[in-house]
Amino acid sequence: MGVTQILFWVLTVLALGSALMVVTSRNPVYSVLYLILCFFAISGHYILMNAQFLAVVNIIVYAGAIMVLFLFVIMLMNLNASVEPQKNKWLKIAGAIAGGCLLLVLVAAFKDADIKTQLVQTKDGEIGLINNLGMALFKDYVVPFEISSVLFLSAMVGAVVIGKKE
Amino acid sequence: MLLAIDWLLLLEKLVLIVIIVSVSLVIAMYETYAERKIAAFMQDRRGPNRAGPFGLLQPLADGGKLFFKEEIIPNTSNKFLFILGPCLAMMTAMMTSAVIPWGGTVAVFGRSVSLQIADINIGILFVFGVVSMGVYGIMIGGWASNNKFSLLAALRGASQMISYELAMGLSLIALLMMTGSLRLSVIVDQQMTSGVWNVVYQPLGFLIFLVCAFAECNRTPFDLPEAENELNFGYHQEYSSMKLGFYLFAEYINMFISSVIMATLYFGGYDIPFVNEAALIAKGNNWIQWIGPLVLIIKVGFFIFLFMWVRWTIPRFRYDQLMNLGWKKLIPLALLNMVLTGALVLWLKK
Repeated sequence: MGVTQILFWVLTVLALGSALMVVTSRNPVYSVLYLILCFFAISGHYILMNAQFLAVVNIIVYAGAIMVLFLFVIMLMNLNASVEPQKNKWLKIAGAIAGGCLLLVLVAAFKDADIKTQLVQTKDGEIGLINNLGMALFKDYVVPFEISSVLFLSAMVGAVVIGKKE
Repeated sequence: MLLAIDWLLLLEKLVLIVIIVSVSLVIAMYETYAERKIAAFMQDRRGPNRAGPFGLLQPLADGGKLFFKEEIIPNTSNKFLFILGPCLAMMTAMMTSAVIPWGGTVAVFGRSVSLQIADINIGILFVFGVVSMGVYGIMIGGWASNNKFSLLAALRGASQMISYELAMGLSLIALLMMTGSLRLSVIVDQQMTSGVWNVVYQPLGFLIFLVCAFAECNRTPFDLPEAENELNFGYHQEYSSMKLGFYLFAEYINMFISSVIMATLYFGGYDIPFVNEAALIAKGNNWIQWIGPLVLIIKVGFFIFLFMWVRWTIPRFRYDQLMNLGWKKLIPLALLNMVLTGALVLWLKK
């Protein structure tokens, strides 16, 4: 087993384990912290594929900014294990079935996709480096990129307008 | 062989990491001494002068005192997170130094050793990633203390850091437009070969970066998370002993690291001013590579002095003033700087 493989398995166990803990822990603050750990493990996977930019943006945006807001809300509302509402048993079953359906669709979709025949480029893949990513985003896909940024801007303006209303 | 690893490289990096971590710790220690001496100088006092000559052993005495204090973990706190908080603060403070180029390549025992732990493609973004993690140290510590004042201070600190990260990133984009690379070693190299430091091209960007660095380090005039007369003591109110020491120490390490980053990005890093290193090295003067790190430390020393100078000169902002400055002044200014730089770069390239 090479170093890459060892790292892959460690990161995989970490990602799946922490993702499970997000769902099962009773304290919402722990859930958020496990989710941050999960993001780190996923960033580790990106780095294994030499997608350094993706890895660090995942950390800055998701682990660093969005999760801080989650933590903010949970801390301000003073949620903890004792006030967590006990959910209906049927709701849990319905959730499990819905999640299972999604899994089924994903497996079916990826079963025959040509991703399966392509090997993962570890260590020497260049697609994820910032230079190539920038070229792709600002040359080949510049229109979709600009449209999505306008969408983000409108979402921000909308949030401000809603917030300003008395 | 079990794993195909270049063991010598690993050893070299390990030694480098140990050296850099211990240097940052020693510098952070003596920053506390410098802070008290500078405060004393500005207030016409003598400052610490009992332990050792000129009070030079004072940081050791302080550290020893912190170690031997009683450890108190509040009954109602969340024990695991209460300990995790200061650890995270310390860890994130130390991790940033990994991507900083402390010098060029030097020859040690016949090996050419680069004085940078990791020259990664995303250089400065790694620093931002780690800095954005630094918020958790404060937030987790403040929340786990189970104290209203700690929580308030932690929330203040977190929102302050997030707000100022934006303006900091925007001012950095203008710099990156000119350098065209995120690698810190490339940014320093460009300044060394052209002989002109980036601060000449980006005076406004540097100013914004400086102000944001003050806010990121929670230093006066932005030390609202520790505003002692409103919040008793701040997010580390319930902490004692070395856990408190970790929080205080992390702040000083952050100050050191952000000074290094400012020196690297805007003031030529380990570039010796008015000296053409490349020509000297070509003539066989390899010793010049050892001077580089010293020059960097001198530049850093100036910034650290600036941090303290400002602390003992400018009073604390009010919280709304802080938010107004961040969102309504610095971010538009940084955006303007970005647009101007972009237009100039396009115009000059044509």
